[in-house]
Amino acid sequence: MKVKNLMEKPAFRKFGGIIVLYAVVQLLISVGILNDYYFATIVTIGINVILAVSLNLITGFTGQFSLGHAGFMSIGAYFCAIVTLRVPGIPGFLLGMLAGGAAAAVVGLLVGLPTLRLKGDYLAIATLGMAEIIRIVFQNIEITNGAAGLSNLPKFVNWSWLFLFVAGITVLIVNFLHSSIGRACISIREDEIAAESMGINITRYKVTSFIIGAFCAGIAGALYATYFPIIKPDTFGFAKSVDILVIVVFGGLGSITGSIVGAVVLGLISMLLASWTDLRMVIYAILLIVIMIFRPQGLMGSREFSLAMLKRAGEQLNGLFHKKSKKEEN
Amino acid sequence: MSILKVEKLTKSFGGLTAVSNVNMYLDQGELVGLIGPNGAGKTTLFNLLTGVYKPTAGTVTLQRGGSDQVISGLKPSTICEMGLARTFQNIRLFKDLTVLDNVRIAMHKDVRYGLLSSFLHLPSFVREEKRLKEKSLELLRVMGLEDKKDELAKNLPYGEQRHLEIARALATNPVLLLLDEPAAGMNPAETARLTELIGWIRENYKVTILLIEHDMSLVMKVCERIFVLDYGMIIANGTPAEIQSDKRVIEAYLGEDVANA
Ligand SMILES: Nc1ncnc2c1ncn2[C@@H]1O[C@H](COP(=O)(O)OP(=O)(O)OP(=O)(O)O)[C@@H](O)[C@H]1O
Ligand SMILES: [Mg+2]
Repeated sequence: MKVKNLMEKPAFRKFGGIIVLYAVVQLLISVGILNDYYFATIVTIGINVILAVSLNLITGFTGQFSLGHAGFMSIGAYFCAIVTLRVPGIPGFLLGMLAGGAAAAVVGLLVGLPTLRLKGDYLAIATLGMAEIIRIVFQNIEITNGAAGLSNLPKFVNWSWLFLFVAGITVLIVNFLHSSIGRACISIREDEIAAESMGINITRYKVTSFIIGAFCAGIAGALYATYFPIIKPDTFGFAKSVDILVIVVFGGLGSITGSIVGAVVLGLISMLLASWTDLRMVIYAILLIVIMIFRPQGLMGSREFSLAMLKRAGEQLNGLFHKKSKKEEN
Repeated sequence: MSILKVEKLTKSFGGLTAVSNVNMYLDQGELVGLIGPNGAGKTTLFNLLTGVYKPTAGTVTLQRGGSDQVISGLKPSTICEMGLARTFQNIRLFKDLTVLDNVRIAMHKDVRYGLLSSFLHLPSFVREEKRLKEKSLELLRVMGLEDKKDELAKNLPYGEQRHLEIARALATNPVLLLLDEPAAGMNPAETARLTELIGWIRENYKVTILLIEHDMSLVMKVCERIFVLDYGMIIANGTPAEIQSDKRVIEAYLGEDVANA
């Protein structure tokens, strides 16, 4: 009875699930069931959740096709690493996170403003080029140590930090999408001409959404650079951008829960097949083809997973079982 | 007092002049019709007024509160902010969004909270969202769509989609409302109800209305004045009675042979 009362509280319904998730994982870590190897997978999944959710904001919700998300990630990673190699301790870590996100956002503004003003999909080409340029720059300048990359990076990310950033960013983006500015972004995806005729400054909100997405990708990169000891330009190449896009399309363009499920499912598959790299790519490809054939809109379509959805499904099942007895009553 | 003045407005697409040297005006509070055969350039004229197309030549001036403002050449969103709203002939709703969201989005330009509040859902967000929802529901009630607020726009029947287009345009709080064939695809009963509704909206929202319509029962009943467009040119301007007996209008609609017979 008490548990039921608690579950009816709106705050619990909103955050209960993720708090339970935090506690369970924390418990599994402290009793030693989740070892470092598994935890590395969890970190990768968490980073991919941020990347996928933020790319979904740009592509799935605002309708702007971006192919350079890994570029923003690398900016975040390098800026953060450069800071944490110089400023010690938690202040360095937090400053690094901020620097990583901010630097990615600034580059997002520089790339987004000129291209998003144009009609047509120039953003895809511009972001593709941008990511490649960033990679080449990082390969050739001294402060990033060229192709060898930066190593011996101090490690800060534990489960609590990871959870804070992943859950925090996801909640902020979900909130944003449920605001008037978020709806304005979505209206651009739906119909640009109608949106601007209804007073929506479409360039402004395309750029807004793009910069928020870039900032989050920068944070994701910064998390990478504060967990894994080495970053190299090649880690953030075109293949990584495609990986992120695959998660978003797999989960469903326009579904935040889809992106989360996509990051988790594909992350687990990668882990299970880690020792068969070639097979991994084959299974990945087959999985995508199957999804494209049977659910071209992605796992979730543009819908969100919710308790109400489970409840409805449950009621339908219940209805099936009880149909017969009801008929008899009548 | 005139609210909109159109001078020598012209739009060419390559060799085709869709709108040619159009002069027209609308007085405050008027309900004016714009008619003409298929392909006459009516929708193109709307697209010029609302900034979707840039004119090849000519100007559009909005006169509000004693000050004239040239709006031709401005962005559609800026023109909307200045008080022009429209519906689309080939319905352009936000199809995959709810009826309520369609209307709320059109109120965005007047929303009084910023990015921070969007992320954190601060009290200013809660207050504004409540106001948006109430005002949207009121508009939906006017258009008879209140109980459909949670349906996706694409799932509404055709006639209701046209009603939602009007609700959405009204949500931008316009001084001038442009309706592009609001009764297209409706049956006579639906058209009659819409005719009444349009008159009611004009009275209650104090808007000036310019409407394109092929259904003459609607046009002749509600419009105080009518412009006739043919091959991109205004060929007549007058009361419904004057238009009905205008020789050039009859020619344009029925062809010269019939008119001369
Ligand atoms: N974007 C465009 N590019 C080229 N030609 C166009 C364009 N838009 C309209 N036209 C042409 O301009 C002319 C006028 O079209 P418009 O849609 O304005 O007519 P209309 O009066 O609204 O007709 P209807 O009653 O059929 O809606 C047509 O010949 C049309 O083909
Ligand atoms: Mg037309």
